[in-house]
Amino acid sequence: MSDKRATREALGETLLELAAEGRDDIVALDADLAKSTTTAKFAAKYPERFFDVGIAEQNMMGTAAGLAAGGMTPFTGSFAVFATGRAYDQIRNSVCYANLNVKLTPTHAGVTVGPDGGSHQMLEDIALMRVLPNMRVLVPADYRAAKGAIRAAASAQGPFYIRLGRMALPQVHGEDFVFEIGRAYVLREGADVTLAACGVMVERALAAADLLAGEGIAATVIDVSSIKPLDGPTILAAARATGAVVTCEEHSIIGGLGSAVAELLGENAPMILERIGVRDSFGTSGEPEELMRHFGLTAEDVAIAARKAVARKA
Amino acid sequence: MTGTDTEAIAAHARQMRRDIVQMVADAGSGHPGGSLSAAEIVSTLYFGVMRHRPDDPAWEGRDRFVLSKGHAAPVLYSALAEAGYFGREQLSTLRKLGSMLQGHPDMRKVPGVEVSTGSLGQGLALANGLALALRLQGNTDSRVYCLLGDGELQEGEVWESAMLSAHYDLGNVIAIIDRNGLQIDGPTSEVMDVSEVGDKFSAFGWFVIGCDGHDVDSLLDAFEKASRHTDGPVAIVAQTMKGKGVSFMENNCDWHGRAPSADECATALGELE
Repeated sequence: MSDKRATREALGETLLELAAEGRDDIVALDADLAKSTTTAKFAAKYPERFFDVGIAEQNMMGTAAGLAAGGMTPFTGSFAVFATGRAYDQIRNSVCYANLNVKLTPTHAGVTVGPDGGSHQMLEDIALMRVLPNMRVLVPADYRAAKGAIRAAASAQGPFYIRLGRMALPQVHGEDFVFEIGRAYVLREGADVTLAACGVMVERALAAADLLAGEGIAATVIDVSSIKPLDGPTILAAARATGAVVTCEEHSIIGGLGSAVAELLGENAPMILERIGVRDSFGTSGEPEELMRHFGLTAEDVAIAARKAVARKA
Repeated sequence: MTGTDTEAIAAHARQMRRDIVQMVADAGSGHPGGSLSAAEIVSTLYFGVMRHRPDDPAWEGRDRFVLSKGHAAPVLYSALAEAGYFGREQLSTLRKLGSMLQGHPDMRKVPGVEVSTGSLGQGLALANGLALALRLQGNTDSRVYCLLGDGELQEGEVWESAMLSAHYDLGNVIAIIDRNGLQIDGPTSEVMDVSEVGDKFSAFGWFVIGCDGHDVDSLLDAFEKASRHTDGPVAIVAQTMKGKGVSFMENNCDWHGRAPSADECATALGELE
């Protein structure tokens, strides 16, 4: 598709838009990855409001926290692996404990980073961020949703983690799409199984639903881009209507979307659940699409899990 | 400063020492050693140097204070109470359930606490962020004072932040290093030598001033010199003694994080009369 774009592209562009709209409080920080994260676009137009801290992610988080305490609204870049694990205590103590208005918007999450390999493929970030009090966690499914998520975070008080990616993705949401924090979006309805997905897995869940339809299995597909807060009512309604759920994420099956949905179902409506994700392993070098196949993150993998879930209902 | 001002600042420091001992004794836990070493530093800032309004903690024209060595919370709480940010009756609630006076400073709970600290090494980054925000907002008058412990300098983030202060020419950042030479496990020189602290900051592009951290006039002179250096960050290395003012706590790392018993408290308060 010609309109394929990476969610990371939304970062620099949306910050430019917000600044042009008069948001003088918005500043951006990066840790020597401004070109890759696209914060360089903002830096080019607003150099006095951009701070490259060098290769020092802990310092980036602390400086951002200080800027927020001083009344600014900082967005931080870097790659998801360094922007979370490397700076975790700063995120916990300087940002979240003080409930400061810092927006973490790192890019290059997941295995779709590609050849850089396991050291750079962040698969634990949703888990790390989800457990922090005050932190909200958004995993947009396409460029349009990423812009919406960044705008929504810019207008809300408190810390956010918005997970952005390197790989170009097709649009799954239409032009009239409005991103809302805490809302899950039902993209397709079917009676047999619910596919709950986030990020790059949303388009794959939709493709899986097409595959399943050919076999007489009707799938509901939900974009659960807001992992925290989680839209419990929407997910539970779909789960109860279909009697089986498959979660789909480019993240460890431990602690991410699959865990969040398992917690929700376990407490409210115990039922058949299958989880698509990386199964307690690090990534490895390869091309993004190769890696999605290697780790079982294709539409066909989702369809296999859905068939299994439906079969378990019998 | 007149001699009267100097004496008033010293008197506040003496009261703060009594508060620190009493608060930590009441709490049954806490960090007296590094609070006592910073009594004159914090007293000089709050009662001789910083522009601030206890009845209007959010006043835009205020100077900001960051207690990077957050475990010295008692010295800050006492100064804030002395200045009138809240009533002195709060001091006895330190570290107790429901108290605004948490074990380490919480900006969301205590009027006058600028940022939350406690995890060591993070305060200078917060100070830099506050300083950058002031610059962006066109506030060229307010300064950001950041008090660090010398053991804390072992945290790598401090030096990431020190680079940033100098790189962005943050002339409104003044760091004070409470150089008491002790940390929990023993002398800083033995645990992990931070060695020539001033030389380190100097090498990172800071203007460095040394002073006697228990001599109010020496501190006032250092802060005055610092205020005249506006084209980059200033580090004041204040030579201090851990546990200063209480004979059995002085220069004894066992009192880094231990509360005095009722008897010890009485003895200490007697010495601090």
